[in-house]
Amino acid sequence: MTQEQPRRVSREEVRHMAELSRLAVTEEEERLFSRQFGDILAHMDLLSRVDTQGVEPLYSPLAHAAATRADEALRVRTRAEVLANSPEPNTEYFVVPRIV
Amino acid sequence: MTVDICSMTLTEAATALQKRELTARAAVRACLDRIAATEPAIGALLHVDADGALARAEELDAQGPRADQPLWGVPVTVKDALSTKGIPTTAASRILENFVPFYDAFVVDRLRKAGAILLGKANMDEFAMGSSTENSAFKPTRNPWNTGRVPGGSSGGSAASVAAGQCFASLGSDTGGSIRQPAAFCGCVGLKPTYGRVSRYGLFAFASSLDQVGPLTRTVEDCARVLTVIAGHDPRDTTSEPRPDEDFTTAVRVAGTRLAGVRLGVPRDFFGEGLAGEVRDACEAALERARELGAELVDVQLPPTDIASATYYIIAMAEASSNLARYDGVRYGRRAPDVHTLDELYVESRSQGFGEEVKRRIMLGSYVLSSGYYDAYFRKAAQTRRLIRDAWCAALEGCDAICTPVAPVTAWPLGSHATNPLQAYLMDAYTIPVNLAGLPGLSLPVGLGSESRMPVGLQFIGKAFDEGTLLRVGHVLEQALPGIGSPRIPV
Repeated sequence: MTQEQPRRVSREEVRHMAELSRLAVTEEEERLFSRQFGDILAHMDLLSRVDTQGVEPLYSPLAHAAATRADEALRVRTRAEVLANSPEPNTEYFVVPRIV
Repeated sequence: MTVDICSMTLTEAATALQKRELTARAAVRACLDRIAATEPAIGALLHVDADGALARAEELDAQGPRADQPLWGVPVTVKDALSTKGIPTTAASRILENFVPFYDAFVVDRLRKAGAILLGKANMDEFAMGSSTENSAFKPTRNPWNTGRVPGGSSGGSAASVAAGQCFASLGSDTGGSIRQPAAFCGCVGLKPTYGRVSRYGLFAFASSLDQVGPLTRTVEDCARVLTVIAGHDPRDTTSEPRPDEDFTTAVRVAGTRLAGVRLGVPRDFFGEGLAGEVRDACEAALERARELGAELVDVQLPPTDIASATYYIIAMAEASSNLARYDGVRYGRRAPDVHTLDELYVESRSQGFGEEVKRRIMLGSYVLSSGYYDAYFRKAAQTRRLIRDAWCAALEGCDAICTPVAPVTAWPLGSHATNPLQAYLMDAYTIPVNLAGLPGLSLPVGLGSESRMPVGLQFIGKAFDEGTLLRVGHVLEQALPGIGSPRIPV
């Protein structure tokens, strides 16, 4: 396997990537990811040598057109089923922490 | 002489069950005993539903066998990424630690309707991200052939469970080789069906345009039997192909013993640099055997594996970052305590719930989709994906199947890729183009490595929806090869 030259990903960039992902990273993770992301992105940069001029992107290998169901409201689940795995038990709603 | 139930193939067990030479209860009991004996050494399962399995067995025994249920009384396990009604399902993640679904995945429903008995949920890499089953949040699985080595991944629990005789078949999911590679590492047969062949309804999504559910079994005939059960159209999955059901079991039974008229494409570049000598030797010996059986081996040209690997990881990580956005601590899954804002709720719940590899992939996925990088990475990868798909489909025009190694090496020692994720990513080089192109791929055990004494798998890749050819070729070759035996697990 060939690899491009290693590139640098700063800890600030790692923090930005975490923010985009709604994740918090520790200082140790920042250091680890900044080193590893450089190697991984350098590998991904191999694609720069592929000529894709005029090539239509392929987002799915699906042979048929994706079928959509009729736009009809259906009651397929009970309220109890839907709420059963809610982190905060309540028989009526999803509860989130009070923030105001 | 006492029959060792757990060493039977699925086909043998199903036949004995249908003839009432074996009861469903005895089959389940034997598997539960094997689980009790082997789990301390291999850790293949995250949840065992012993009571549920025994109750179901007794129910089936009372009703009697049904010819229209091809898996009547057969104990199976399924990967923990598949939703099981009333049975914990975690995708091996802390974020879903106490999650109990209220519905069955399409494939689980199909297994139950075919008479199969669900024994438990198989360990995996968290959200199917990994190739060693060391990324499970709960415990690593060990290879039954050598417990110092990985079973492969991400469906490593499924493969180890089948290889150890804990069940007669297991279901895995394959995003970039996650059925075929653990099958190869554990000496099982593994099939990644054509994208759209098997419904993904109830499979916890990793990368939606790549994921596909498929069987892991001890023989090709068993694999055909399970595929016949789980393949089929499902209107709840918009990517499920609307096509009539096919009987792969009969197709394999009538395969004969020769491969005359079969053209097998061999990409010579895939057998060169980077491939361990013992893997090359085992694969080439199997190809030579195929030639002796009448197959014609033809050279094919395919895009370089490093380009496919870069394409795959961009697409897979991008789709993962989008799919895993749903884990926010609001409706299900882990919720961080003592948070004061909605943002904190999201960030803390996700940060505490996801493991390191999942965080790594979500962050890189967000990056390649972010403004400024979308065109350079994600769009570029999607364009390259089309070139790769077109090249593979063109190569398959000249042959019935393409043969490659499944992995460049045999199962590696636990912990050996722990600090270098890129090194681990590159281990998928031979399997990922198949997912990018949406084609079917079969992993067949063809021998043991001369140095490692670990199983080696040969991969057969076919045209879209031509699983029948792969199963027929695999079955004929399987019958002609000496076989690799069974692992001896320390108990």
